[in-house]
Amino acid sequence: MSKPKFAMYWASACGGCEIAVLNTDEKVLELDANFDVAFWPAAMDVKYQEVEAMEDASLLVTLFNGAIRTDENEHMAHLLRRKSKILVAFGSCANEGCIPGLANLSTREDLFERAYSGPSTENPEHLRPQTIWRAPEGVLTLTPLQPVVRTLDQVVEVDYHVPGCPPESRQIAVVLDLLIAVVNGAAELPPKGAVLGAGESTVCDECPRSRDVKRLTKLSRIQELPSLDTTTCLLEQGLMCSGPATRSGCDSRCPNVGAPCIGCYGAAPGVLDQGARLMTAIASVVDEKEPEAIDRVLDGLPDPAGTFYRFSLAHSLLRANRAALAETP
Amino acid sequence: MSDSFEPVIIGFTCNWCSYRAADHAGMTRTQYPPNARLIRLMCSGRLDPTFVLKALADGADGVLIAGCHPGECHYLEQNYKALRRHRLLQRTLAQFGIEPERVRLAWASAAEGVKFAAEISEMVEEVRKLGPLNWPARPRPLATVPADIPVLSEVAA
Repeated sequence: MSKPKFAMYWASACGGCEIAVLNTDEKVLELDANFDVAFWPAAMDVKYQEVEAMEDASLLVTLFNGAIRTDENEHMAHLLRRKSKILVAFGSCANEGCIPGLANLSTREDLFERAYSGPSTENPEHLRPQTIWRAPEGVLTLTPLQPVVRTLDQVVEVDYHVPGCPPESRQIAVVLDLLIAVVNGAAELPPKGAVLGAGESTVCDECPRSRDVKRLTKLSRIQELPSLDTTTCLLEQGLMCSGPATRSGCDSRCPNVGAPCIGCYGAAPGVLDQGARLMTAIASVVDEKEPEAIDRVLDGLPDPAGTFYRFSLAHSLLRANRAALAETP
Repeated sequence: MSDSFEPVIIGFTCNWCSYRAADHAGMTRTQYPPNARLIRLMCSGRLDPTFVLKALADGADGVLIAGCHPGECHYLEQNYKALRRHRLLQRTLAQFGIEPERVRLAWASAAEGVKFAAEISEMVEEVRKLGPLNWPARPRPLATVPADIPVLSEVAA
């Protein structure tokens, strides 16, 4: 009997998800033993045309990482949805937009201006990337940037979600074990829409630091604090920590080593909008009552949208800056 | 902006002061524009910024948050929470390109029907000047993927 087919694809992503899969060590060999790896651009050379030629639903499972930022990303999302029985939004970009999604706070013009004529770039001719270029040798094309970053489930139907930036390798191993068990008839697939490889609570719940009454009179950046207590809640020590609104599953790795949670596992269960819930949490514990004093504390957060929505902007209630959204068809 | 634009304002009021202020405005027959849809919370401290964002994302042109005067909260100091959330929310909304006039914080005691009516009237006029917010609906995935997906070379061209 031929093995079921497995695919992994990266759209707008950094490649960290692929590394995280390889970091499962020998689990990758088990994956290979149980699946025929049919398409995985980071690991092997298969052309898009070969995927287009596959029969519909002939891939049993596709792990799709990366956000939808370009026409090519959207095309591949449609194509892989069509070719896959099970489509998994893998990693923060595919689920919530992640760091690429922060571009949604700017218009494309602003992004190009910053990237190609910014303070560290010399570009007197004001050159910009072109989507089509006719050279003597032929026509070159570059996929166009879309007005805003979208998540995979805003473009096609998604069967399962694996959050994290990147997903923890320990958690990926759990997901791969489940897939292998399903293939071998030893397990049932979870209900459609399930979040796999993550916890059902918040990072705070997993964090071993002790929590007492939170009274913030100053928000600092980590480099501004002379020392950190190793056992007390980081938020209580004046660091912006996203643990209260972030899904558990990472074993609170960052707070464990003295770095605040930055929210990469996305909104905790039951949280509609991770950034809004963080605003709720942070504003609640600011220990000031006068507007000017409150503002002094909040000045410690120079980029609130980028902090609260560092990973979840594209999937938040507002999704993008109004000017960027206005360019969407 | 067309004169016919009637802003939709969602108003979150607290059970003990601002909702009663609205009631008081009614009892004293104080006129104010009918643009606000009031939602009663037990306390302005219950207001999660999620409510505001959802209202704006789902069609409201503005949101009013109204609570007891500082120092008069039925739950001692939860209205200060509302104050802090409002200030933090305003900073965040600015990065989304949403004008501060669209999210207003107001205090009104149970006896201040006239003040409550004035706050709503003022806000309606401010938002009317700004025009509709018309936040685009969140994209939904295609129920079925198009049968003939164009090949990539055609997409690029």
